[in-house]
Amino acid sequence: MDDLYRELILDHYKHPRNHGTLDPHDFSFQDENPLCGDELRIDVRLDDERRVKEVAFTGKGCAISQASASMLTESIVGKSVDEIKQLGKDDILDLLGIELGPTRLKCALLSLKVLKAGAYGLEGAKYRDDE
Amino acid sequence: MTASTPYRADFPILDREVHPGVPLVYLDSAATSQKPSVVIDAMNDYYRRSNANVHRGIHQLAEEATALYEGARQKIARFIHAASTKEVIFTRNTTEAINLVAYSWGRVNIHAGDGIVLTEMEHHSNLVPWQMLAAERGAKIHIIPVTDGGELDLGPLDGILAQKPKLVCFTHMSNVLGTINPVRDIAAKAHAAGALVLVDGAQSVPHLPVDVQALGADFYAFSGHKMCGPTGIGVLWGRQSILEEMPPFLGGGDMIKRVYLREFKPNDLPHKFEAGTPAIAEAAGLGVAVDYLSGIGMAAVRAHEQQITAYALERLEEVPGLKVYGPPAEKKGGVAAFSLAEVHPHDIAQVLDRDGIALRAGHHCAMPLHDRYQLPATARASFYLYNTSEDVDKLVAGLYKVKKLFS
Repeated sequence: MDDLYRELILDHYKHPRNHGTLDPHDFSFQDENPLCGDELRIDVRLDDERRVKEVAFTGKGCAISQASASMLTESIVGKSVDEIKQLGKDDILDLLGIELGPTRLKCALLSLKVLKAGAYGLEGAKYRDDE
Repeated sequence: MTASTPYRADFPILDREVHPGVPLVYLDSAATSQKPSVVIDAMNDYYRRSNANVHRGIHQLAEEATALYEGARQKIARFIHAASTKEVIFTRNTTEAINLVAYSWGRVNIHAGDGIVLTEMEHHSNLVPWQMLAAERGAKIHIIPVTDGGELDLGPLDGILAQKPKLVCFTHMSNVLGTINPVRDIAAKAHAAGALVLVDGAQSVPHLPVDVQALGADFYAFSGHKMCGPTGIGVLWGRQSILEEMPPFLGGGDMIKRVYLREFKPNDLPHKFEAGTPAIAEAAGLGVAVDYLSGIGMAAVRAHEQQITAYALERLEEVPGLKVYGPPAEKKGGVAAFSLAEVHPHDIAQVLDRDGIALRAGHHCAMPLHDRYQLPATARASFYLYNTSEDVDKLVAGLYKVKKLFS
């Protein structure tokens, strides 16, 4: 418990960074974790170099899912879309700084799943435009 | 008030530590019960001494295996007051039992426009098979709603039954609210309207005296693993006259009387519905679980759980910000689903796990019921014959820790 609910995670849960929505945005995605009912939406605005300029999230769920979203959004400002697509499970675990069992891992990784789905959706749209 | 139990010592797992120095406090019996030594030993003995396939072979081991398997069926028939062992069909679990009815009875009897009545408090296993059938057949689903207090709102029932539905399906005891439904009354009304009745008994058979004939249901489904038995075995009870008319479910060995190259004759009940080598060790284990529960007496099991549940509700409601869902203790089984202010149930369960307390967090396979109360999830403590008031005290102490952490 001392690990899982360490001060930093509780702080992000109680005082989420980048909380809200962005309208307009360059991409937005939302999804849920049916196992525990965590919900998350992430909106992203890009700058001229297609790097993350602003990001916001809304959602509800357990401390792990919401703290993970808060930390992830904080960490991606300035990152390119390609860099976002390279993010993986270990990046989230590094941010959280904890070990997680398989059930809670799904809570922690919801933010990553939503962000990457948004980024890949952007790529899909661009790809169609090029055609 | 305190509730102790002489049965705790029968369950070896309850002696283990979950984390170093932290003993187990098991409050998740609605998900699956723990198993007494006699059940574990019965399954081991079967594999050590008697392992053979059933209903074939005339050698000693095959005779012993068949006697164990069919003996379990007899014990279960007596336990639920079935009219005959022909009415006791082994399945994998409650879910498979309900699916058996949906596939076999449903595909013969449900046609476009026919009505199937469900309730808002059902487990997904008593919703999804009917949704699948209704979608395939163009049937109509009627819903009996749930009141704010967590009971079935039977007000709309007469109007629904006036539309002559074919089948009424509902749970005997809610796995979230603990509500014990008036099976006999609903069944009588349904029959008067010409409908058959299927009851999900997954939570009731382990915890209450159940007499399927007195209840007046036509189908009654339950699982072994929630009643001190192993996983992988469950039961469908059905009225013999209805089962006789139903086509087989799965095809294969054991469910046939005679096979030709292009056709077959199905076996007699109950084997008609039991294709392939069954879960023999599990049946033997379930038979012993039934002996174990019968030895204690289901009225005594129920009385112990009522005592624990009344104490638990009283203690839980002391915790500021805590809300328990469902009817008062006298109207419910040993289940307390609750929310604690803004703390997500997963966080509650995770923090309590550090104190060795096992409780369930989530939607408990009843998403529509949680939608009804606009909750994404709840935490759920559930009790069985091995729980004590000390377990409840540990739960409440743990919840105060949760509150402190998230305040």
